[in-house]
Amino acid sequence: MFGLLPDLPAAVSASVKGMAFALSAPSLAHLSGLDIAVIAIYFVMVIWIGFYLKGQANTSEEFFMAGREMTAWIAGLSFVSANLGSLELMGWAGSAYQYGILAAHWYWVGAIPAMLFLGIVMMPFYYVCKTHSVPGYLKLRYGQGASFVAAVSFAFMTVLMSGVNMFAMAVVMKVVLGWDLNFSIIVSSLAVAAYVALGGLRSAIFNEVLQFMLIWGGALLVPILGLIEAGGWSGFKAKLAANIAKGAIPSGDYTHMWRSMGHFTDNPMGIHWTGIVFGLGFAISFGYWTTDFLVVQRVLAANNLRSARMAPVIGSFFKMAVPFIVILPGLLGLVVLQNPDGSLMHLVPQNLVTPGSGLHSYNEVLPLMLVRYCSPGLLGLGITALIAGFMSGMAGNVSAFSAVWTYDIYQPLIVKNAKDEHYVAVGRWATILGVVVSIGTAYLVMSMAGIMDYVQALFSFFISPLLGVVLVGMFWKRATKEGGFWGLLLGTLTSIGLWAWVKVDPSALRYVAISPDAKDMAENMYRALWSVIVSMGVNVIVSLFTTPRPLAELSGVVYGATKIPEEEPVPFYKNEFFWLVIAIIVFVALNVYFW
Amino acid sequence: MHSGHISIWFFIGVLLTIYGALITAYGLYELFTGTVANVVLANLHAPVWWGGLMFLLGLFYLVKFRPGRES
Repeated sequence: MFGLLPDLPAAVSASVKGMAFALSAPSLAHLSGLDIAVIAIYFVMVIWIGFYLKGQANTSEEFFMAGREMTAWIAGLSFVSANLGSLELMGWAGSAYQYGILAAHWYWVGAIPAMLFLGIVMMPFYYVCKTHSVPGYLKLRYGQGASFVAAVSFAFMTVLMSGVNMFAMAVVMKVVLGWDLNFSIIVSSLAVAAYVALGGLRSAIFNEVLQFMLIWGGALLVPILGLIEAGGWSGFKAKLAANIAKGAIPSGDYTHMWRSMGHFTDNPMGIHWTGIVFGLGFAISFGYWTTDFLVVQRVLAANNLRSARMAPVIGSFFKMAVPFIVILPGLLGLVVLQNPDGSLMHLVPQNLVTPGSGLHSYNEVLPLMLVRYCSPGLLGLGITALIAGFMSGMAGNVSAFSAVWTYDIYQPLIVKNAKDEHYVAVGRWATILGVVVSIGTAYLVMSMAGIMDYVQALFSFFISPLLGVVLVGMFWKRATKEGGFWGLLLGTLTSIGLWAWVKVDPSALRYVAISPDAKDMAENMYRALWSVIVSMGVNVIVSLFTTPRPLAELSGVVYGATKIPEEEPVPFYKNEFFWLVIAIIVFVALNVYFW
Repeated sequence: MHSGHISIWFFIGVLLTIYGALITAYGLYELFTGTVANVVLANLHAPVWWGGLMFLLGLFYLVKFRPGRES
């Protein structure tokens, strides 16, 4: 999903806006008849899936929760795929070209610990209480107040994000292929509306798994051929060093992740390791992976508790592998991309790409690499993977919006005791309404590109405080309804306040990020950290002065008051704790290898 | 998924088989006619082996998750 913090570099937030400047430039790629056939077959497939699944989305449990029938593999792939949007892929590949392997922090420390924590520690509570959503969990734990605040902000942001995704896809298709903006918006929105309104969450999940396979099928060939051309990893490093020595690319450590994190000025991102570990690795990452309903919804659809625990663990392995199709192509671009005259191509910041300049931006590195290696058919596959990424981003937002609107706003506040079919119909109409509002948002963003920055910031205001409230509520029996409400509210206000402070007075960054040398990305991380601390602190203090709920009422939602069902013994290779240990070992090994 | 319904893996099998067949066919056309696309490392004939891998993987999913078979 576009715009979510763990995968959102500053480069991405500006990318679509900046790419709009390149709309009048010649397109990067030209599709053959075979490429167009590959794209058309994908659209036929998603509509087929939507119509096929319509018959399995008759009850609310089926429509909103996919019948809670997903296996660990399907839930896990969908879980990680919901975060594998095309703009993130392009943006992070561009960041890798610009900053080197530092960009992989967003895929490893910025995701893996949180995913494993969700699966092993938090999932039993989400799953045992049978909630339909994260706001639904807040209602069970804290009552209607906190739930309503979370539901409204989430519903609002999902349709906005869906529109941003739609616009982003239209711009990328225009820049890469020369397609008309309106054509892309209309075709993508019709396809998404059709398959989500017909098949509900099950359809969205199926398409996410399909997208996952397409992304790997379409993108993995690029780093393979790139490494062959560069002479392997050691050949790449030798060529990189030679280019740096010649002054062809800016000097810096492009192949190590932690060595330059000792001080804000030692790395081009302007980040300190404390910001990466506590800001990105805890506040932002845990906020997103454990409390953002868009991703958690996929795991809630698992067919039993073991699958629900296993799904994020399975997802973590694929998340760790994503840098090989995103970061590696970006790095390889530093040594293999060439101009038509054979000289080394220099990609530039988006604001330098003007019509007639002939320059390409960092964010175009992935399409440029695709065009470099992919012949007809393979190019169509790569483009289809990008389209699928955008569309499943939209579908993920719209299906989550539909569930939260129906379960957490419409049902408790508007029509309380209707028949089940009524809520399914409301969900279907909410899906269509979500797509219509998304189209409006897409055109709004098109007319005021600057609005994207505010949409990004707006989303970030709610995620980290929500983490503080969910964590305290899940692991502390004493937390009260009032504590949850005020923690969420003041945590959110802290985030908004810090953002506004830096916006009005950029020098305030030295206080927010604890250093005058900090850069924009560091601000996001420390702002998230402060808002979690405030939301937890306020929750604890207010709870100590208010009356807690009786223990009996907390069964299923709080650690210490919940009996976790015993799981059937299984062979070790099907046990989630075995794979948890393997995931931790791989995670540590990757960080050590690229230290 | 449960029996009686078409598994997502079957849909993936259909897609991979069709894509694999199309891409391999194009790769073989390149290989036998010598008319190669203007891409880097075209001499490696990636469409043949990459398309072939996709085709085989697709066939595996098609057979293993075909409708009506208990998986």
